[in-house]
Amino acid sequence: MTIQQLPNIENASPATKNIYEVDTFVKSNTAITEEYRLLILEAPKTILNCQPGQFFHLQCPVTRSHQPYLRRPMSIYSYSQQDCELQFLFKVTGEGTQALSELKNGDTLNVLGPLGVGFSIEPEWENLLLLARGVGLATLAPLAQEANRLGKKLTAICSARSPNALMSIDYFKDMGADVITITDTEGTSTLDNMRHIIELKISQGAVDVMYTCGSNRMLKLLQEIGNLHSLPGEIALEQQMACGLGMCQCCVRSFNRCGVITQERVCREGPVFKIQEAMPW
Amino acid sequence: MVNLKTKIGELILKNPIMPASGTFSEDLAEVLDLNKLGAHVTKTITEEKRCGNPSPRVCEVSGSMLNSIGIPSKGIEYFIDTVIPFYSQYNVPLIVSISAQTSDGFARICERVSVPGVDAIEVNISCPNIEEDGKAFAMRPSTTQSVMTKLRSATDLPLWAKLSPNTGETIEVAMAAEESGADALVVSNTMLSMAIDIHSRKPKLGNLMGGLSGPSLKPIALRMAYQCAKSVSIPIIGCGGISTVEDIIEYLIAGATAIQVGTATFINPNAMVTLLADLENFLQKQNIQNISDLIGSVRDEDATDDVVFMETAP
Ligand SMILES: Cc1cc2nc3c(=O)[nH]c(=O)nc-3n(C[C@H](O)[C@H](O)[C@H](O)COP(=O)(O)OP(=O)(O)OC[C@H]3O[C@@H](n4cnc5c(N)ncnc54)[C@H](O)[C@@H]3O)c2cc1C
Ligand SMILES: Cc1cc2nc3c(=O)[nH]c(=O)nc-3n(C[C@H](O)[C@H](O)[C@H](O)COP(=O)(O)O)c2cc1C
Ligand code: FES
Repeated sequence: MTIQQLPNIENASPATKNIYEVDTFVKSNTAITEEYRLLILEAPKTILNCQPGQFFHLQCPVTRSHQPYLRRPMSIYSYSQQDCELQFLFKVTGEGTQALSELKNGDTLNVLGPLGVGFSIEPEWENLLLLARGVGLATLAPLAQEANRLGKKLTAICSARSPNALMSIDYFKDMGADVITITDTEGTSTLDNMRHIIELKISQGAVDVMYTCGSNRMLKLLQEIGNLHSLPGEIALEQQMACGLGMCQCCVRSFNRCGVITQERVCREGPVFKIQEAMPW
Repeated sequence: MVNLKTKIGELILKNPIMPASGTFSEDLAEVLDLNKLGAHVTKTITEEKRCGNPSPRVCEVSGSMLNSIGIPSKGIEYFIDTVIPFYSQYNVPLIVSISAQTSDGFARICERVSVPGVDAIEVNISCPNIEEDGKAFAMRPSTTQSVMTKLRSATDLPLWAKLSPNTGETIEVAMAAEESGADALVVSNTMLSMAIDIHSRKPKLGNLMGGLSGPSLKPIALRMAYQCAKSVSIPIIGCGGISTVEDIIEYLIAGATAIQVGTATFINPNAMVTLLADLENFLQKQNIQNISDLIGSVRDEDATDDVVFMETAP
């Protein structure tokens, strides 16, 4: 099977909005921790008009040992129109991400995006709290960048298995965040401790809105805290995808919209949703 | 200039490339110019609102995929009020795919979607028939006949029957559809399949089983398209595993008049437009002025007389 690739942006689709299918070039692909890698791509400026929380759908390369077929969704870790740069922070898990980990400098990678609805930062939200673990860091990183650009105050609670597995701490510090690290090995990442830390921040008036990613545990915790203090929040969710564009209905999840359970497409209505509407799974 | 114009019964398409039901929606307009397509085919709709199947709804199998999306549907009112007007802005025939669990249900929805703006109805008879042991209508000639007969009297629009590979009676089903008034056959839907995660020992789909689509389906759907083209005189629309221009040419030679592209759009959202350009180039290079010169041009005359249309391998 030959897969048609578009060599450059001129041949890319004339999108009516700003979704492009285009080849990018690998600038670097390096291991960050044992499990995570940072992929830096050279991408056309046009496709880098992104929102934090949006994602790209990557056509992982077919190699001798890996034959991924469908595209793989990946949050934008960083984007810069000035540098024509697009970055992903990914965990090596299966066929697709293993194939990604084999990409060498100068290789091409076909990407589709930017896709989905990202995070919002309302003007009246001055104090932002981020709660992130694992790949969630990748998704929340550009939000920190945007918050910094808007001059918002930021608290980032970064969770990991062990201190060695913590990532992007310096990145969040550079964005002016007050960074709090919690880990399993130190026993600081328990629900009770997270609740304690967040409640403390709230009592100091340092939280107008809370953002998180992926995990069921964190969703439930932030729903409870949000309810208690009437605080808004947003969560970026994951679901398996095929098309990434809203056509196939593969990526739906259930949401509670004012008491009515609705099915929404994570790729289209999401991946970012209101914390109070998301349903634990 | 090659002529890509294609006729499906009375309906004229500017080219033979259209999307397969369920792999296309209004959303694709953000990636490509929908005016370039030969027709627009909507996701199957049902009269009532439905939720669809549990997650995971797709998984991949070596170079292809399985899906058990089911037919989540916002219902017919939403479709008529929102979806049909959306497609009316394009100068491209609109084909509406319908489904129901009974023949009468089929007839009802068929009547309700026979409205201005709709150019043909694709009948997804690969869904279970709850009046007969839950087997899909398209598995047997008798159930195909009964549902198509009811539909024929429910609408004046062209009816395209979409066949299923999950039958041992492809030819009989095709003939039953033709006899009861189908104007074309879409060949075919996905093939019932399964995949299991060997570590968790769990089926990879929430619905346990699902439909195979993508390149692995092509030889099966191509065989069916050939069998159908040989046994009926209504046009065949080839569907299954098309991702290259060579795939399209193969279907045309087998006897298809037009083709549908499904899963390939998930890998390359521009696939249909790319294929259209590739098709023009291919025909130009081969000096073929008219695609009708290719249709059904398969050179099977040398086959011996005792070749049987076997439904199973020899
Ligand atoms: C919107 C979104 C953003 C994401 N952002 C990141 C990110 O920034 N960094 C990162 O490391 N991972 C991210 N993920 C998860 C990432 O898509 C999966 O880890 C990846 O698809 C796994 O593919 P694989 O072939 O290596 O694994 P396999 O397990 O072999 O994958 C098999 C199939 O399941 C799907 N799948 C497996 N895990 C997931 C998952 N968690 N979510 C969705 N589909 C999955 C794959 O796409 C593939 O179709 C994101 C997922 C979504 C939906
Ligand atoms: C995600 C998905 C959803 C589908 N939904 C429908 C549907 O609603 N109705 C239908 O008739 N066929 C449906 N199909 C089948 C396709 O229309 C097509 O027949 C099949 O995928 C084979 O073509 P392909 O190999 O080019 O994908 C679906 C296929 C996929 C992959
Ligand atoms: S992945 Fe196809 S609708 Fe979301």
